[in-house]
Amino acid sequence: MSLVHKTAADLGALIAAGEVSAVEVAQAHLDRIAAVDPQVNAFLHVDAETTLKQARAVDARRAAGEELGPLAGVPIAHKDVFTTVDMPTTAGSKILEGYRPPYDATVTRRLREAGLVILGKTNLDEFAMGSSTENSAYGPTRNPWDLSRIPGGSSGGSSAAVAAYEAPLSTGTDTGGSIRQPAAVTGIVGMKPTYGGSSRYGLIAFASSLDTPGPFARNVLDTALLHEAFSGHDVMDATSVDAPVPSVVAAARNGDVAGLRIGVVKEFGGDGYQAGVLARFHETVELLESLGAKVFEVSCPSFTTALPAYYLIAPSECSSNLARFDAMRYGLRVGDDGTRSAEEVMALTRAQGFGPEVKRRIILGTYALSSGYYDAYYGQAQKVRTLIARDFEAAFQQVDVLISPTTPTTAFPIGERADDPMAMYLADLCTIPANLAGNAAISVPCGLADEDGLPVGLQIMAPVLGDDRCYRVGAAVEKALQARWGGSLLSRAPEL
Amino acid sequence: MSAITRDEVAHLARLSRLALADEELDHFAAQLDVIIGAVARVAEVAADDIPPSSHALPLTNVYRPDEVRPGLTPEQALSGAPAVEDDRFRVPRILGEEA
Repeated sequence: MSLVHKTAADLGALIAAGEVSAVEVAQAHLDRIAAVDPQVNAFLHVDAETTLKQARAVDARRAAGEELGPLAGVPIAHKDVFTTVDMPTTAGSKILEGYRPPYDATVTRRLREAGLVILGKTNLDEFAMGSSTENSAYGPTRNPWDLSRIPGGSSGGSSAAVAAYEAPLSTGTDTGGSIRQPAAVTGIVGMKPTYGGSSRYGLIAFASSLDTPGPFARNVLDTALLHEAFSGHDVMDATSVDAPVPSVVAAARNGDVAGLRIGVVKEFGGDGYQAGVLARFHETVELLESLGAKVFEVSCPSFTTALPAYYLIAPSECSSNLARFDAMRYGLRVGDDGTRSAEEVMALTRAQGFGPEVKRRIILGTYALSSGYYDAYYGQAQKVRTLIARDFEAAFQQVDVLISPTTPTTAFPIGERADDPMAMYLADLCTIPANLAGNAAISVPCGLADEDGLPVGLQIMAPVLGDDRCYRVGAAVEKALQARWGGSLLSRAPEL
Repeated sequence: MSAITRDEVAHLARLSRLALADEELDHFAAQLDVIIGAVARVAEVAADDIPPSSHALPLTNVYRPDEVRPGLTPEQALSGAPAVEDDRFRVPRILGEEA
Protein backbone atom coordinates (compact mmCIF):
# COMPACT_ATOMS: atom_id res chain seq x y z
CA MET A 1 0.00 0.00 0.00
CA SER A 2 1.40 3.40 -0.96
CA LEU A 3 2.00 6.02 1.72
CA VAL A 4 -0.90 8.16 0.55
CA HIS A 5 -3.39 5.33 1.07
CA LYS A 6 -2.41 4.71 4.69
CA THR A 7 -4.36 5.97 7.66
CA ALA A 8 -3.08 8.88 9.74
CA ALA A 9 -2.69 6.57 12.76
CA ASP A 10 -0.55 4.15 10.74
CA LEU A 11 1.56 6.95 9.26
CA GLY A 12 2.16 8.36 12.74
CA ALA A 13 3.23 4.94 14.00
CA LEU A 14 5.53 4.30 11.01
CA ILE A 15 7.18 7.70 11.47
CA ALA A 16 7.55 7.16 15.24
CA ALA A 17 9.15 3.75 14.62
CA GLY A 18 11.61 5.35 12.21
CA GLU A 19 10.42 3.20 9.29
CA VAL A 20 9.70 6.26 7.22
CA SER A 21 10.55 9.92 7.72
CA ALA A 22 8.10 12.82 7.91
CA VAL A 23 9.87 14.24 4.85
CA GLU A 24 9.20 11.09 2.81
CA VAL A 25 5.55 11.08 3.85
CA ALA A 26 5.17 14.78 3.01
CA GLN A 27 6.86 14.29 -0.38
CA ALA A 28 4.55 11.38 -1.25
CA HIS A 29 1.53 13.59 -0.58
CA LEU A 30 2.99 16.56 -2.49
CA ASP A 31 3.48 14.20 -5.45
CA ARG A 32 -0.10 13.02 -5.18
CA ILE A 33 -1.33 16.63 -5.07
CA ALA A 34 0.73 17.47 -8.17
CA ALA A 35 -0.78 14.46 -9.95
CA VAL A 36 -4.48 14.82 -9.12
CA ASP A 37 -5.18 18.36 -7.93
CA PRO A 38 -5.30 19.84 -11.43
CA GLN A 39 -8.50 17.77 -11.77
CA VAL A 40 -9.86 18.15 -8.23
CA ASN A 41 -8.88 21.76 -7.35
CA ALA A 42 -8.97 21.03 -3.61
CA PHE A 43 -6.07 23.36 -2.83
CA LEU A 44 -5.82 27.13 -3.14
CA HIS A 45 -2.20 27.18 -2.02
CA VAL A 46 0.52 24.54 -1.95
CA ASP A 47 4.16 25.38 -1.36
CA ALA A 48 6.39 22.32 -1.32
CA GLU A 49 9.30 24.10 0.33
CA THR A 50 7.23 25.36 3.30
CA THR A 51 5.76 21.87 3.72
CA LEU A 52 9.11 20.09 3.58
CA LYS A 53 10.59 22.58 6.02
CA GLN A 54 7.91 21.63 8.58
CA ALA A 55 8.53 17.92 7.92
CA ARG A 56 12.28 18.33 8.38
CA ALA A 57 11.62 20.12 11.69
CA VAL A 58 9.51 17.18 12.93
CA ASP A 59 12.22 14.70 11.92
CA ALA A 60 14.76 16.86 13.79
CA ARG A 61 12.57 17.03 16.91
CA ARG A 62 12.26 13.24 16.80
CA ALA A 63 16.00 12.78 16.27
CA ALA A 64 16.63 15.04 19.28
CA GLY A 65 14.63 12.65 21.42
CA GLU A 66 11.59 14.91 21.88
CA GLU A 67 8.38 13.20 22.99
CA LEU A 68 5.88 13.74 20.14
CA GLY A 69 2.16 13.04 19.78
CA PRO A 70 0.55 10.26 17.70
CA LEU A 71 0.14 12.50 14.63
CA ALA A 72 3.66 13.97 14.56
CA GLY A 73 4.88 14.05 10.97
CA VAL A 74 1.45 13.29 9.50
CA PRO A 75 0.42 15.67 6.69
CA ILE A 76 -2.76 17.71 6.85
CA ALA A 77 -4.72 19.97 4.50
CA HIS A 78 -5.85 23.16 6.24
CA LYS A 79 -9.04 25.02 5.36
CA ASP A 80 -8.16 28.46 4.03
CA VAL A 81 -10.26 30.21 6.65
CA PHE A 82 -7.74 29.68 9.47
CA THR A 83 -4.93 32.21 9.65
CA THR A 84 -1.40 30.94 8.91
CA VAL A 85 1.68 33.15 9.10
CA ASP A 86 3.60 31.19 6.47
CA MET A 87 0.83 30.81 3.87
CA PRO A 88 -1.75 33.17 2.33
CA THR A 89 -5.21 33.20 3.92
CA THR A 90 -8.05 34.20 1.59
CA ALA A 91 -11.29 32.66 2.91
CA GLY A 92 -11.96 31.93 -0.77
CA SER A 93 -12.56 35.64 -1.38
CA LYS A 94 -11.06 38.16 -3.80
CA ILE A 95 -11.20 40.73 -1.02
CA LEU A 96 -8.38 38.83 0.75
CA GLU A 97 -6.40 37.75 -2.31
CA GLY A 98 -2.75 37.35 -1.32
CA TYR A 99 -3.39 38.29 2.32
CA ARG A 100 -0.67 37.13 4.73
CA PRO A 101 -1.93 37.15 8.34
CA PRO A 102 0.43 38.41 11.05
CA TYR A 103 -0.53 35.63 13.47
CA ASP A 104 -1.54 31.95 13.54
CA ALA A 105 -5.04 30.76 14.51
CA THR A 106 -5.11 28.67 17.69
CA VAL A 107 -6.07 25.64 15.60
CA THR A 108 -3.05 26.28 13.34
CA ARG A 109 -0.75 26.69 16.34
CA ARG A 110 -1.97 23.44 17.89
CA LEU A 111 -1.49 21.55 14.61
CA ARG A 112 2.09 22.77 14.54
CA GLU A 113 2.66 21.86 18.20
CA ALA A 114 1.32 18.34 17.56
CA GLY A 115 3.88 18.05 14.73
CA LEU A 116 1.31 17.91 11.93
CA VAL A 117 2.76 18.98 8.59
CA ILE A 118 0.54 21.49 6.76
CA LEU A 119 0.46 20.66 3.03
CA GLY A 120 -1.42 23.78 2.02
CA LYS A 121 -4.69 25.65 2.24
CA THR A 122 -7.92 24.22 0.90
CA ASN A 123 -10.69 25.74 -1.17
CA LEU A 124 -14.03 26.78 0.32
CA ASP A 125 -17.17 28.70 -0.43
CA GLU A 126 -16.32 32.37 0.04
CA PHE A 127 -16.20 33.11 3.79
CA ALA A 128 -17.57 29.57 4.33
CA MET A 129 -20.97 30.58 2.93
CA GLY A 130 -22.29 27.76 0.81
CA SER A 131 -22.77 24.04 0.41
CA SER A 132 -20.83 23.29 -2.78
CA THR A 133 -17.57 25.36 -2.97
CA GLU A 134 -19.06 26.91 -6.11
CA ASN A 135 -19.08 30.22 -4.22
CA SER A 136 -15.26 30.25 -4.06
CA ALA A 137 -13.76 33.18 -5.96
CA TYR A 138 -11.09 30.74 -7.17
CA GLY A 139 -13.27 28.20 -8.99
CA PRO A 140 -15.14 25.15 -7.70
CA THR A 141 -13.59 22.03 -6.19
CA ARG A 142 -14.67 18.77 -7.79
CA ASN A 143 -15.91 15.61 -6.11
CA PRO A 144 -13.36 12.78 -6.51
CA TRP A 145 -16.23 10.30 -6.97
CA ASP A 146 -17.51 12.17 -10.03
CA LEU A 147 -15.62 15.25 -11.21
CA SER A 148 -18.79 16.80 -12.61
CA ARG A 149 -20.30 17.00 -9.11
CA ILE A 150 -19.82 19.18 -6.04
CA PRO A 151 -17.70 17.97 -3.08
CA GLY A 152 -20.03 19.68 -0.62
CA GLY A 153 -19.29 22.88 1.20
CA SER A 154 -18.28 25.07 2.58
CA SER A 155 -15.28 22.85 3.49
CA GLY A 156 -15.33 21.19 0.04
CA GLY A 157 -11.60 21.53 -0.60
CA SER A 158 -10.90 19.78 2.69
CA SER A 159 -13.33 16.91 2.01
CA ALA A 160 -12.10 16.44 -1.56
CA ALA A 161 -8.41 16.50 -0.52
CA VAL A 162 -8.98 13.64 1.92
CA ALA A 163 -11.26 11.66 -0.41
CA ALA A 164 -8.71 12.02 -3.26
CA TYR A 165 -5.86 10.76 -1.03
CA GLU A 166 -4.11 14.12 -1.27
CA ALA A 167 -4.05 14.25 2.54
CA PRO A 168 -4.99 11.75 5.26
CA LEU A 169 -6.45 14.53 7.41
CA SER A 170 -7.92 17.99 6.98
CA THR A 171 -9.51 20.76 8.98
CA GLY A 172 -12.91 22.29 8.37
CA THR A 173 -15.39 24.64 9.96
CA ASP A 174 -19.05 23.87 10.46
CA THR A 175 -21.55 26.73 10.80
CA GLY A 176 -24.65 25.00 9.38
CA GLY A 177 -23.21 21.69 8.17
CA SER A 178 -20.03 22.77 6.41
CA ILE A 179 -18.06 19.75 7.71
CA ARG A 180 -20.73 17.06 7.88
CA GLN A 181 -22.32 17.69 4.47
CA PRO A 182 -19.01 17.62 2.52
CA ALA A 183 -17.94 14.51 4.44
CA ALA A 184 -21.24 12.79 3.55
CA VAL A 185 -21.11 13.52 -0.17
CA THR A 186 -17.45 12.47 -0.55
CA GLY A 187 -17.67 9.25 1.49
CA ILE A 188 -15.44 10.29 4.40
CA VAL A 189 -15.84 11.12 8.11
CA GLY A 190 -16.39 14.69 9.32
CA MET A 191 -17.08 15.90 12.85
CA LYS A 192 -18.61 19.08 14.21
CA PRO A 193 -17.46 19.24 17.84
CA THR A 194 -19.57 20.81 20.56
CA TYR A 195 -19.70 24.59 20.01
CA GLY A 196 -16.82 26.10 21.99
CA GLY A 197 -14.99 22.77 22.12
CA SER A 198 -12.52 24.02 19.50
CA SER A 199 -11.16 27.55 19.33
CA ARG A 200 -12.36 30.24 16.92
CA TYR A 201 -9.32 32.47 17.54
CA GLY A 202 -7.80 33.19 14.14
CA LEU A 203 -10.76 31.67 12.31
CA ILE A 204 -12.13 34.27 9.90
CA ALA A 205 -15.62 34.81 11.28
CA PHE A 206 -18.85 34.06 9.41
CA ALA A 207 -21.49 33.55 12.15
CA SER A 208 -19.74 33.66 15.49
CA SER A 209 -22.42 31.96 17.58
CA LEU A 210 -22.36 28.96 15.23
CA ASP A 211 -18.83 28.64 13.71
CA THR A 212 -17.08 25.48 14.94
CA PRO A 213 -13.72 24.11 13.75
CA GLY A 214 -13.60 20.34 13.30
CA PRO A 215 -11.71 17.43 11.71
CA PHE A 216 -12.03 15.34 8.53
CA ALA A 217 -10.41 11.94 7.91
CA ARG A 218 -11.04 8.71 6.01
CA ASN A 219 -11.93 6.77 9.17
CA VAL A 220 -13.39 7.38 12.61
CA LEU A 221 -10.20 6.84 14.64
CA ASP A 222 -8.12 9.26 12.56
CA THR A 223 -10.90 11.84 12.92
CA ALA A 224 -10.82 11.42 16.71
CA LEU A 225 -7.02 11.72 16.83
CA LEU A 226 -7.17 15.02 14.96
CA HIS A 227 -10.12 16.21 17.06
CA GLU A 228 -8.06 15.63 20.20
CA ALA A 229 -4.96 17.28 18.69
CA PHE A 230 -6.48 20.74 18.15
CA SER A 231 -9.44 20.96 20.56
CA GLY A 232 -9.70 22.21 24.11
CA HIS A 233 -10.01 25.42 26.05
CA ASP A 234 -8.42 28.59 24.68
CA VAL A 235 -8.23 31.81 26.69
CA MET A 236 -8.09 33.76 23.42
CA ASP A 237 -11.69 32.72 22.58
CA ALA A 238 -14.24 33.96 25.11
CA THR A 239 -16.79 31.40 23.87
CA SER A 240 -14.37 28.51 24.37
CA VAL A 241 -15.63 25.90 26.85
CA ASP A 242 -13.42 25.52 29.91
CA ALA A 243 -13.85 21.75 30.23
CA PRO A 244 -11.74 18.72 29.36
CA VAL A 245 -11.95 17.48 25.75
CA PRO A 246 -14.34 14.50 25.74
CA SER A 247 -12.43 11.20 25.44
CA VAL A 248 -13.03 10.88 21.73
CA VAL A 249 -10.05 8.65 20.87
CA ALA A 250 -11.00 6.07 23.49
CA ALA A 251 -14.58 6.13 22.18
CA ALA A 252 -13.39 5.65 18.59
CA ARG A 253 -11.39 2.60 19.68
CA ASN A 254 -14.37 1.25 21.63
CA GLY A 255 -17.25 1.23 19.13
CA ASP A 256 -19.66 -0.77 21.28
CA VAL A 257 -23.34 0.16 20.96
CA ALA A 258 -24.87 -2.76 22.89
CA GLY A 259 -27.64 -1.34 25.09
CA LEU A 260 -27.21 2.19 23.73
CA ARG A 261 -30.47 4.07 23.13
CA ILE A 262 -30.59 5.54 19.64
CA GLY A 263 -33.31 7.93 18.46
CA VAL A 264 -34.31 8.26 14.81
CA VAL A 265 -35.43 11.85 14.17
CA LYS A 266 -38.97 11.51 12.84
CA GLU A 267 -38.92 14.88 11.06
CA PHE A 268 -35.95 14.01 8.81
CA GLY A 269 -37.14 11.77 5.97
CA GLY A 270 -39.91 11.49 3.38
CA ASP A 271 -40.60 14.14 0.73
CA GLY A 272 -37.49 15.82 -0.65
CA TYR A 273 -35.19 12.95 0.36
CA GLN A 274 -33.56 10.83 -2.32
CA ALA A 275 -34.73 7.20 -2.27
CA GLY A 276 -31.17 5.84 -2.22
CA VAL A 277 -30.29 8.03 0.76
CA LEU A 278 -33.29 6.78 2.74
CA ALA A 279 -32.59 3.15 1.76
CA ARG A 280 -29.01 3.27 3.08
CA PHE A 281 -30.16 5.12 6.20
CA HIS A 282 -32.84 2.55 7.03
CA GLU A 283 -30.37 -0.30 6.51
CA THR A 284 -28.00 1.38 8.95
CA VAL A 285 -30.77 1.68 11.52
CA GLU A 286 -31.34 -2.09 11.21
CA LEU A 287 -27.61 -2.67 11.46
CA LEU A 288 -27.42 -0.73 14.72
CA GLU A 289 -30.30 -2.81 16.11
CA SER A 290 -28.46 -5.99 15.11
CA LEU A 291 -25.44 -4.71 17.06
CA GLY A 292 -27.54 -4.50 20.21
CA ALA A 293 -28.62 -0.85 20.19
CA LYS A 294 -32.19 0.00 21.18
CA VAL A 295 -33.73 2.14 18.47
CA PHE A 296 -36.68 4.49 19.02
CA GLU A 297 -38.43 7.03 16.85
CA VAL A 298 -38.12 10.48 18.43
CA SER A 299 -40.03 13.59 17.43
CA CYS A 300 -38.29 16.98 17.40
CA PRO A 301 -41.05 19.18 15.95
CA SER A 302 -39.05 22.44 16.01
CA PHE A 303 -36.40 20.98 13.70
CA THR A 304 -38.73 21.74 10.77
CA THR A 305 -38.20 25.47 11.37
CA ALA A 306 -34.43 25.19 11.94
CA LEU A 307 -33.60 26.03 8.31
CA PRO A 308 -35.54 29.33 8.17
CA ALA A 309 -34.25 30.31 11.65
CA TYR A 310 -30.68 29.60 10.54
CA TYR A 311 -31.03 31.66 7.37
CA LEU A 312 -31.99 34.63 9.52
CA ILE A 313 -29.44 34.15 12.31
CA ALA A 314 -26.39 33.29 10.20
CA PRO A 315 -26.83 36.17 7.69
CA SER A 316 -27.50 38.59 10.57
CA GLU A 317 -24.23 37.66 12.23
CA CYS A 318 -22.42 37.68 8.87
CA SER A 319 -23.64 41.17 7.99
CA SER A 320 -22.06 42.41 11.20
CA ASN A 321 -18.87 40.31 11.05
CA LEU A 322 -18.06 41.22 7.44
CA ALA A 323 -18.24 44.94 8.19
CA ARG A 324 -14.54 44.60 9.05
CA PHE A 325 -13.72 44.28 5.35
CA ASP A 326 -13.64 48.03 4.90
CA ALA A 327 -10.64 48.44 2.53
CA MET A 328 -8.72 50.35 5.19
CA ARG A 329 -6.51 47.98 7.20
CA TYR A 330 -6.03 44.89 5.03
CA GLY A 331 -7.21 43.30 1.84
CA LEU A 332 -8.44 44.84 -1.40
CA ARG A 333 -8.91 48.58 -1.93
CA VAL A 334 -10.66 49.78 -5.09
CA GLY A 335 -11.11 53.28 -6.50
CA ASP A 336 -8.84 55.23 -4.13
CA ASP A 337 -7.87 57.85 -6.72
CA GLY A 338 -7.75 60.85 -4.40
CA THR A 339 -11.21 62.11 -5.38
CA ARG A 340 -13.37 59.54 -3.62
CA SER A 341 -14.34 59.50 0.06
CA ALA A 342 -13.58 56.59 2.37
CA GLU A 343 -17.22 55.59 2.22
CA GLU A 344 -17.22 55.48 -1.59
CA VAL A 345 -14.00 53.47 -1.63
CA MET A 346 -15.49 51.07 0.89
CA ALA A 347 -18.65 50.52 -1.16
CA LEU A 348 -16.72 50.04 -4.42
CA THR A 349 -14.24 47.65 -2.78
CA ARG A 350 -16.92 45.53 -1.16
CA ALA A 351 -18.96 45.41 -4.38
CA GLN A 352 -15.93 44.19 -6.31
CA GLY A 353 -14.33 42.03 -3.60
CA PHE A 354 -17.36 40.03 -2.43
CA GLY A 355 -19.12 37.40 -4.55
CA PRO A 356 -22.91 37.12 -5.04
CA GLU A 357 -23.70 34.78 -2.12
CA VAL A 358 -21.80 36.93 0.37
CA LYS A 359 -23.62 40.03 -0.90
CA ARG A 360 -26.98 38.27 -0.67
CA ARG A 361 -26.32 37.26 2.92
CA ILE A 362 -25.05 40.68 3.97
CA ILE A 363 -28.21 42.28 2.55
CA LEU A 364 -30.48 39.62 4.06
CA GLY A 365 -28.81 40.02 7.46
CA THR A 366 -29.00 43.80 7.31
CA TYR A 367 -32.71 43.44 6.51
CA ALA A 368 -33.36 40.99 9.37
CA LEU A 369 -31.64 43.33 11.83
CA SER A 370 -33.40 46.50 10.60
CA SER A 371 -35.64 48.32 13.05
CA GLY A 372 -39.20 47.34 12.24
CA TYR A 373 -38.16 43.85 11.10
CA TYR A 374 -35.87 42.87 13.98
CA ASP A 375 -38.58 41.37 16.22
CA ALA A 376 -40.35 39.54 13.40
CA TYR A 377 -37.18 38.06 11.92
CA TYR A 378 -34.01 37.99 14.03
CA GLY A 379 -35.84 38.04 17.38
CA GLN A 380 -38.27 35.33 16.33
CA ALA A 381 -35.43 33.19 14.92
CA GLN A 382 -33.68 33.39 18.30
CA LYS A 383 -36.83 32.08 19.97
CA VAL A 384 -36.98 29.20 17.52
CA ARG A 385 -33.36 28.55 18.46
CA THR A 386 -34.45 28.10 22.08
CA LEU A 387 -37.20 25.68 20.99
CA ILE A 388 -34.69 23.60 19.03
CA ALA A 389 -32.39 23.35 22.05
CA ARG A 390 -35.40 22.26 24.12
CA ASP A 391 -36.28 19.57 21.57
CA PHE A 392 -32.74 18.24 21.87
CA GLU A 393 -32.94 18.31 25.68
CA ALA A 394 -36.22 16.40 25.67
CA ALA A 395 -34.87 13.88 23.15
CA PHE A 396 -31.74 13.24 25.19
CA GLN A 397 -33.93 12.40 28.17
CA GLN A 398 -35.09 9.41 26.16
CA VAL A 399 -32.06 8.44 24.07
CA ASP A 400 -28.25 8.66 24.13
CA VAL A 401 -27.82 9.83 20.52
CA LEU A 402 -30.04 10.94 17.64
CA ILE A 403 -29.48 9.81 14.06
CA SER A 404 -30.62 10.96 10.61
CA PRO A 405 -29.32 11.07 7.07
CA THR A 406 -26.61 13.76 6.94
CA THR A 407 -28.02 15.23 3.71
CA PRO A 408 -31.32 14.80 1.84
CA THR A 409 -29.50 13.95 -1.43
CA THR A 410 -26.14 12.76 -2.70
CA ALA A 411 -23.68 15.14 -4.40
CA PHE A 412 -25.48 17.23 -7.02
CA PRO A 413 -23.97 18.33 -10.35
CA ILE A 414 -21.85 21.49 -10.39
CA GLY A 415 -24.04 24.35 -11.62
CA GLU A 416 -27.39 22.70 -10.81
CA ARG A 417 -28.23 24.90 -7.81
CA ALA A 418 -25.69 27.68 -8.36
CA ASP A 419 -28.27 30.38 -9.07
CA ASP A 420 -31.07 29.00 -6.88
CA PRO A 421 -30.13 29.94 -3.32
CA MET A 422 -33.09 28.22 -1.64
CA ALA A 423 -32.36 24.91 -3.38
CA MET A 424 -28.73 25.21 -2.25
CA TYR A 425 -29.78 25.95 1.34
CA LEU A 426 -31.77 22.69 1.52
CA ALA A 427 -28.48 20.74 1.51
CA ASP A 428 -28.13 21.77 5.19
CA LEU A 429 -31.64 20.73 6.24
CA CYS A 430 -30.55 17.96 8.64
CA THR A 431 -27.31 19.45 9.89
CA ILE A 432 -28.48 22.90 11.05
CA PRO A 433 -30.24 21.93 14.33
CA ALA A 434 -26.96 20.81 15.94
CA ASN A 435 -25.39 24.18 15.10
CA LEU A 436 -28.25 26.18 16.55
CA ALA A 437 -28.16 24.17 19.80
CA GLY A 438 -24.36 23.78 19.91
CA ASN A 439 -24.47 19.97 20.00
CA ALA A 440 -21.77 17.58 18.82
CA ALA A 441 -22.54 15.78 15.54
CA ILE A 442 -20.63 13.59 13.10
CA SER A 443 -21.15 12.20 9.61
CA VAL A 444 -19.89 8.72 8.75
CA PRO A 445 -20.25 6.90 5.41
CA CYS A 446 -23.15 4.41 5.27
CA GLY A 447 -23.11 3.24 1.66
CA LEU A 448 -23.79 4.26 -1.93
CA ALA A 449 -27.17 5.33 -3.29
CA ASP A 450 -28.46 2.80 -5.85
CA GLU A 451 -29.63 5.37 -8.39
CA ASP A 452 -26.30 7.22 -8.79
CA GLY A 453 -23.64 5.16 -7.00
CA LEU A 454 -22.65 8.14 -4.84
CA PRO A 455 -21.85 8.19 -1.11
CA VAL A 456 -24.50 8.59 1.59
CA GLY A 457 -23.73 9.85 5.09
CA LEU A 458 -25.19 8.91 8.46
CA GLN A 459 -25.44 11.79 10.94
CA ILE A 460 -25.03 10.98 14.65
CA MET A 461 -25.95 13.82 17.03
CA ALA A 462 -24.99 13.82 20.72
CA PRO A 463 -25.61 16.25 23.58
CA VAL A 464 -23.34 19.20 24.29
CA LEU A 465 -19.93 17.83 25.36
CA GLY A 466 -21.08 14.32 24.45
CA ASP A 467 -18.70 14.26 21.46
CA ASP A 468 -17.39 10.84 22.50
CA ARG A 469 -20.82 9.30 21.81
CA CYS A 470 -20.60 10.37 18.16
CA TYR A 471 -17.32 8.50 17.83
CA ARG A 472 -18.55 5.45 19.71
CA VAL A 473 -21.56 4.98 17.42
CA GLY A 474 -19.56 6.03 14.34
CA ALA A 475 -16.89 3.42 15.06
CA ALA A 476 -19.51 0.69 15.51
CA VAL A 477 -21.19 1.55 12.19
CA GLU A 478 -17.84 1.80 10.40
CA LYS A 479 -16.61 -1.57 11.67
CA ALA A 480 -19.82 -3.44 10.83
CA LEU A 481 -20.23 -1.85 7.40
CA GLN A 482 -16.59 -2.34 6.39
CA ALA A 483 -16.90 -6.00 7.34
CA ARG A 484 -19.94 -6.19 5.05
CA TRP A 485 -18.22 -4.26 2.21
CA GLY A 486 -14.84 -5.96 2.60
CA GLY A 487 -13.02 -2.61 2.92
CA SER A 488 -13.68 1.12 3.13
CA LEU A 489 -16.40 2.79 1.09
CA LEU A 490 -13.77 5.04 -0.42
CA SER A 491 -11.93 2.05 -1.87
CA ARG A 492 -14.88 1.78 -4.28
CA ALA A 493 -14.34 5.29 -5.66
CA PRO A 494 -13.03 5.46 -9.24
CA GLU A 495 -9.28 5.94 -9.70
CA LEU A 496 -8.29 9.51 -10.48
CA MET B 1 -47.29 40.83 -3.00
CA SER B 2 -43.54 40.77 -2.89
CA ALA B 3 -41.75 40.43 0.44
CA ILE B 4 -39.08 42.95 -0.52
CA THR B 5 -38.92 45.60 -3.24
CA ARG B 6 -36.00 46.61 -5.44
CA ASP B 7 -35.90 50.00 -3.70
CA GLU B 8 -35.60 48.32 -0.30
CA VAL B 9 -32.73 46.18 -1.58
CA ALA B 10 -31.01 49.31 -2.91
CA HIS B 11 -31.42 50.97 0.49
CA LEU B 12 -30.02 47.91 2.30
CA ALA B 13 -27.08 47.79 -0.13
CA ARG B 14 -26.29 51.43 0.71
CA LEU B 15 -26.44 50.67 4.43
CA SER B 16 -24.14 47.67 3.82
CA ARG B 17 -21.64 49.76 1.81
CA LEU B 18 -22.12 47.69 -1.32
CA ALA B 19 -22.07 49.69 -4.56
CA LEU B 20 -24.23 47.30 -6.56
CA ALA B 21 -24.79 47.59 -10.29
CA ASP B 22 -28.36 47.87 -11.61
CA GLU B 23 -28.35 44.29 -12.92
CA GLU B 24 -27.19 43.02 -9.53
CA LEU B 25 -29.99 44.90 -7.79
CA ASP B 26 -32.60 43.38 -10.13
CA HIS B 27 -31.19 39.89 -9.64
CA PHE B 28 -30.83 40.10 -5.86
CA ALA B 29 -34.27 41.67 -5.39
CA ALA B 30 -35.91 38.68 -7.09
CA GLN B 31 -33.81 36.14 -5.17
CA LEU B 32 -34.17 37.85 -1.80
CA ASP B 33 -37.91 37.98 -2.32
CA VAL B 34 -37.96 34.17 -2.55
CA ILE B 35 -35.58 33.74 0.40
CA ILE B 36 -37.47 36.13 2.67
CA GLY B 37 -40.75 34.47 1.72
CA ALA B 38 -39.25 31.15 2.85
CA VAL B 39 -37.58 32.29 6.07
CA ALA B 40 -40.70 34.23 7.12
CA ARG B 41 -42.03 30.82 8.20
CA VAL B 42 -40.41 31.42 11.58
CA ALA B 43 -43.27 33.83 12.28
CA GLU B 44 -45.73 30.91 12.27
CA VAL B 45 -44.08 29.36 15.31
CA ALA B 46 -45.97 30.13 18.52
CA ALA B 47 -43.16 31.47 20.67
CA ASP B 48 -44.51 34.52 22.51
CA ASP B 49 -43.43 33.23 25.93
CA ILE B 50 -40.14 31.67 24.73
CA PRO B 51 -36.91 33.46 25.68
CA PRO B 52 -34.55 34.15 22.75
CA SER B 53 -31.14 32.42 22.53
CA SER B 54 -28.25 34.40 21.12
CA HIS B 55 -25.78 31.62 21.88
CA ALA B 56 -25.85 27.86 22.24
CA LEU B 57 -24.03 27.73 25.54
CA PRO B 58 -24.77 30.05 28.46
CA LEU B 59 -21.31 31.46 29.18
CA THR B 60 -21.19 34.86 30.88
CA ASN B 61 -18.45 37.18 32.13
CA VAL B 62 -15.57 35.27 30.57
CA TYR B 63 -12.25 36.92 31.29
CA ARG B 64 -8.69 35.81 30.79
CA PRO B 65 -5.90 36.68 33.21
CA ASP B 66 -4.79 40.29 32.79
CA GLU B 67 -1.22 39.47 31.79
CA VAL B 68 1.09 41.58 29.70
CA ARG B 69 1.96 39.74 26.50
CA PRO B 70 3.64 40.83 23.29
CA GLY B 71 1.29 42.28 20.68
CA LEU B 72 1.85 42.88 17.00
CA THR B 73 4.67 45.21 15.97
CA PRO B 74 3.67 48.20 13.80
CA GLU B 75 5.25 46.42 10.81
CA GLN B 76 3.13 43.30 11.44
CA ALA B 77 -0.06 45.28 12.02
CA LEU B 78 0.48 47.27 8.82
CA SER B 79 1.70 44.33 6.74
CA GLY B 80 -1.63 43.81 4.96
CA ALA B 81 -2.62 47.46 4.63
CA PRO B 82 -3.55 48.75 1.15
CA ALA B 83 -1.69 52.02 1.88
CA VAL B 84 0.67 53.07 4.67
CA GLU B 85 2.19 56.41 5.61
CA ASP B 86 4.41 57.19 8.63
CA ASP B 87 3.67 53.88 10.38
CA ARG B 88 -0.06 54.48 10.03
CA PHE B 89 -2.92 53.25 7.84
CA ARG B 90 -3.40 55.78 5.06
CA VAL B 91 -7.08 56.13 4.23
CA PRO B 92 -9.19 58.19 1.79
CA ARG B 93 -10.76 61.36 3.17
CA ILE B 94 -13.47 60.63 5.69
CA LEU B 95 -14.99 64.12 5.97
CA GLY B 96 -16.77 66.22 3.35
CA GLU B 97 -15.02 69.06 1.46
CA GLU B 98 -16.51 71.74 3.69
CA ALA B 99 -15.21 70.21 6.88
